[in-house]
Amino acid sequence: MNEKRSADNRRVLVRMLVVAGLMFGFGYAMVPMYQKFCEVTGINNLLNADDPLRNTQVDTSRTVTVEFDANLHGLPWSFKPGQSSVEVHPGELVHVVYRVNNTRDYPVTGQAIPSYGPQLAAAHFRKLECFCFSRQTLAAGESREMPVVFVIDPTLPKDVNTITLSYTFFEVAGTVAEPAQKMTRPGA
Amino acid sequence: MEATHVHGAGHAHGGDHAHHPKGIMRWITTTNHKDIGTMYLWFSFTMFLVGGVMALILRAELFQPGLQFVEPEFFNQMITLHGLIMVFGAIMPAFVGFANWMIPLMIGAPDMAFARMNNWSFWLLPPAGILLTASMFVPGGAAGTGWTLYPPLSIQMGIGMDMAIFAIHILGMSSIMGSINIVTTILNLRAPGMTLMRMPMFCWTWLITGYLLIAVMPVLAGAVTMLLTDRHFGTSFFNAAGGGDPVLFQHIFWFFGHPEVYIIALPAFGVVSHVIPAFARKPLFGYTSMVYAIAAIALISFIVWAHHMYVVGMPVAGQLYFMYATILIAVPTGVKVFNWVATMWRGSLTFETPMLFALGFLFLFTIGGFTGLVLSNTAVDVQLQDTYYVVAHFHYVMVAGALFSAFAAVYYWLPKWTGHMYDETLGKWHFWLSFIFFNIAFFPQHFLGLAGMPRRIPDYALQFTDFNQVSTIGAFGFGLSQLLFLYIVLKTIRSGEKAAAKPWEGATGLEWTVPSPAPYHTFEEPPVLTEAKGHA
Repeated sequence: MNEKRSADNRRVLVRMLVVAGLMFGFGYAMVPMYQKFCEVTGINNLLNADDPLRNTQVDTSRTVTVEFDANLHGLPWSFKPGQSSVEVHPGELVHVVYRVNNTRDYPVTGQAIPSYGPQLAAAHFRKLECFCFSRQTLAAGESREMPVVFVIDPTLPKDVNTITLSYTFFEVAGTVAEPAQKMTRPGA
Repeated sequence: MEATHVHGAGHAHGGDHAHHPKGIMRWITTTNHKDIGTMYLWFSFTMFLVGGVMALILRAELFQPGLQFVEPEFFNQMITLHGLIMVFGAIMPAFVGFANWMIPLMIGAPDMAFARMNNWSFWLLPPAGILLTASMFVPGGAAGTGWTLYPPLSIQMGIGMDMAIFAIHILGMSSIMGSINIVTTILNLRAPGMTLMRMPMFCWTWLITGYLLIAVMPVLAGAVTMLLTDRHFGTSFFNAAGGGDPVLFQHIFWFFGHPEVYIIALPAFGVVSHVIPAFARKPLFGYTSMVYAIAAIALISFIVWAHHMYVVGMPVAGQLYFMYATILIAVPTGVKVFNWVATMWRGSLTFETPMLFALGFLFLFTIGGFTGLVLSNTAVDVQLQDTYYVVAHFHYVMVAGALFSAFAAVYYWLPKWTGHMYDETLGKWHFWLSFIFFNIAFFPQHFLGLAGMPRRIPDYALQFTDFNQVSTIGAFGFGLSQLLFLYIVLKTIRSGEKAAAKPWEGATGLEWTVPSPAPYHTFEEPPVLTEAKGHA
């Protein structure tokens, strides 16, 4: 009887010790488990930045077409929008580019002036970044991609469905390093 | 004395005394479950006084706003040691002590299943207690992180932190060995005829607590080992500088920490399930549902850990899940509370000290349970996290719950242990002083928490002064009342009316069939069970 009982006791002891050992291992196993869990669910990824900031005011119920136009006023450049138009929701942050190329063999400085059609859109067109904010000097033969970052204000009147953004590049007088006689001014 | 024995109890009593060592060696080498139970209880009471003095230092500092007595660093160390000592040094060993003393008597076993391991699991405790208290005196002082040991602070502290970690390792080993012993004893050593469903409720609560301990203490050991290697061996489990994540510690810690709450509470439930039927003179209402409720509480306790950490930045879906799961625990707990109340319904109630403490438990634990439900609501918890409301909540559960139940157990079984009746008048004084001062100490803390007073801070805004002063007065009253308890116990050991084998008219169970005091050896031959001696 006693022999049997102590054998029974030892069996329970061994089982319990195994469970205790496994649970000690389980504590460590939680480390990769949580890592995997966070990786799969995308929670708490310390190595990546948080979600990029989103504008929570985006009005997804309407879509506005923005068309891009590019004009030159007496500059020896080629100047084109990277895309002819984009569809945007008011409140959404939009990135577009314009391409410009100085076709001459001397540097030229220009300044772009925006205009809007219809004109009342100007008050609702918020540019955060634009090449038109400053003068652009292009070296001989240089080409460049120039960004425009904008948001269309959700207060844009409902009947405006298309906005045309038009830039015209003007030469900035007196900034040209080359002799003036080389320059031609059509229409002047 | 021998004349009152049931079968087998105490036959070898006289003959065995000849070869046990006397004096200190008796206690160091003993393998007797009654000796070891006694040592657990005295150790627990000693640590209770040590942790209590620490609590009084905290309350003295909080009597007035500003810094009066201690530096903030020392205040933090007292917070930490008070928590660790009370949880691991006082409450847990107390219930292991009751288990050692009473489980073999309740199930008719001669001793615990592994008597030598039992000795070893007790004697691990004093070194751990010494490590914890001595860590106050090393350079940098004791751990000042709070008992939860959250990194990054716990990675940065001095050698006191290492001592706390080792103390936790030792306490964990002791608990695991103790609970293996208890589980094995209950599973294998029951008297013939005592099926699991005829077992006294205290044994049931300890069987399930034993499983909980075996499952979660190793996880805590793993968590603090990771802290240790982060501190000294260049790993980066929790160290953000090396790619680790401090929040991971909280997840691992509370996987241990929440079941720990029930490790403390379940044996307390077990004691109350004996005391209330004894003094209501009715069998426990709903025995089977009690067993299922205990099992349900234990299982659910594994899936609610993150309600301690609603504010770490978890997704709303996670918060909702943990909230609902936590609220679910109220169902089996409610079953237990209603069963105790139903046990008293139309019973012949008398209000001796054990019954008073059991009723105090029932009333105050229910309040603590309700504030727990409040805190489980994630939207509310975001406001109350780390305020005094939380402090009030868990002291209602731990002190008025577990500690009052332990007092009930001591008064209930003291006649069996000492052979003397305690002084009933003094016992009632002890209860009423404890009950009133406890509420004076902790009830105002609900208001402080709702008003936004943060926990673990030695200073506070002026408008919190009144409630803090009330609380401090209550805490000192409660602390001093416990000296009365010590006096009562010592007086009972030395003198007092002779106790009968069954001093309580309504008590049932095998432990009352052996004489009082219980002889050194009992049930060397298993008792014969009759219907009446089945479960309590």
